[in-house]
Amino acid sequence: MSAFRELTKGFYKENPVFRLALGLCPALAVSTSVENALGMGAAATFVLLGSNIVISLLGKIIPAKVRIPCFIVVIASFVTIVELVMGAYLPELAKSLGIFIPLIVVNCVILGRAEAFASKNGLWLSIMDGIGMGLGFTFALVLIGSIREILGDGKLFGYMVFGPGFQPVLIMILAPGAFITIGLLMGWFNLLDAKMKRKAEAAEQARAASNARGGR
Amino acid sequence: MDLGQLLAIVVGAMFVSNFVLARFLGLCPFVGVSKDSDSALGMGMAVIFVMTMASLVTWFIYTFVLVPLEITYLRTIAFILVIATLVQFVEMVIEKTSPTLHKSLGIYLPLITTNCAVLGVAVVNVDSFMTADLPRNASFIYTIVNGFAAGLGFTLAIVLMAAIRERLDLVDVPKSMRGIPITFIVAGLMAIAFLGFSGLKIG
Repeated sequence: MSAFRELTKGFYKENPVFRLALGLCPALAVSTSVENALGMGAAATFVLLGSNIVISLLGKIIPAKVRIPCFIVVIASFVTIVELVMGAYLPELAKSLGIFIPLIVVNCVILGRAEAFASKNGLWLSIMDGIGMGLGFTFALVLIGSIREILGDGKLFGYMVFGPGFQPVLIMILAPGAFITIGLLMGWFNLLDAKMKRKAEAAEQARAASNARGGR
Repeated sequence: MDLGQLLAIVVGAMFVSNFVLARFLGLCPFVGVSKDSDSALGMGMAVIFVMTMASLVTWFIYTFVLVPLEITYLRTIAFILVIATLVQFVEMVIEKTSPTLHKSLGIYLPLITTNCAVLGVAVVNVDSFMTADLPRNASFIYTIVNGFAAGLGFTLAIVLMAAIRERLDLVDVPKSMRGIPITFIVAGLMAIAFLGFSGLKIG
């Protein structure tokens, strides 16, 4: 059950982009289309999974003082693998993601998980955490990417969504669109969170009230 | 190498493709350290310094180590290690030589290691100057100027943002939009303003 929780927490409760505000640079830069967002999400998930596995296995061997450089080397090795494989098999995707593939190294989601989770937990939970956080990151990217692609280009996965009369809102594809989209989405997530908290509190109060009545 | 080209690089890195507002690099400190303009300026100065140094050092590493050994595919690992070491080293030197400077810059330096703008400027330099067929001295100067100008662009963006956020404290923002969300909306509006530079051609 706890493994399942590690797997699903990345989507909403601890979503790296919307809730923890980590990994913002790639989330904004490569979310011009759903395809790029998926590619970036897959690459980051692979690196996150690999680094979580290696670091949870090495957790006890690495001395605490030099742990951050060690983590960075492990992450950078996996990033280099992704860079070479993507360049060989998916050259077009590699070209459109550009410098953001080498920059996965400094994606704070990955270093953050290595430091906060993988170095302290066992292999199984770390694998689940890696996959869950990776999927949560991918989910955030795809959400931003689909909003920007639909509004800015009138397409989804390259297919037309609206009729030919649709005037694309060009600014959504450009840099300002990314900032405004993520700002509004984060605000919306905050709103949802506040609503859920209020609901939970109301349920709590109702239960307390009925308990009091039952006791009398 | 001519001055027109240099000017084009500076304007390009500062305004046309500003590292924060057009290239989306260094967003974490841009959002995290822009609450008041003093610390924003401190962060900006530290970034200018580290970016220039990182451009210099990665140029040497790339030209004299990675290219002769034909291991340029290891550049990501090499660069991040060099940058992390550099930041640590700079912090120690500043701590020993100038305690006042360390007080004002010191807290920002460790944060910079994971600032993607620093690794970003190194990778951009490789792609646009080092692998292009430029004479060695030209690529060296372009690299350093680009690093410095990118740092200036970052400072410009973060100081402007801090000034706006100081005003924003007095405004009644909806509760769920307070903090990071409204910062992003402001950044979006700033990015629209910076789009105005995008037709600019010099040299």
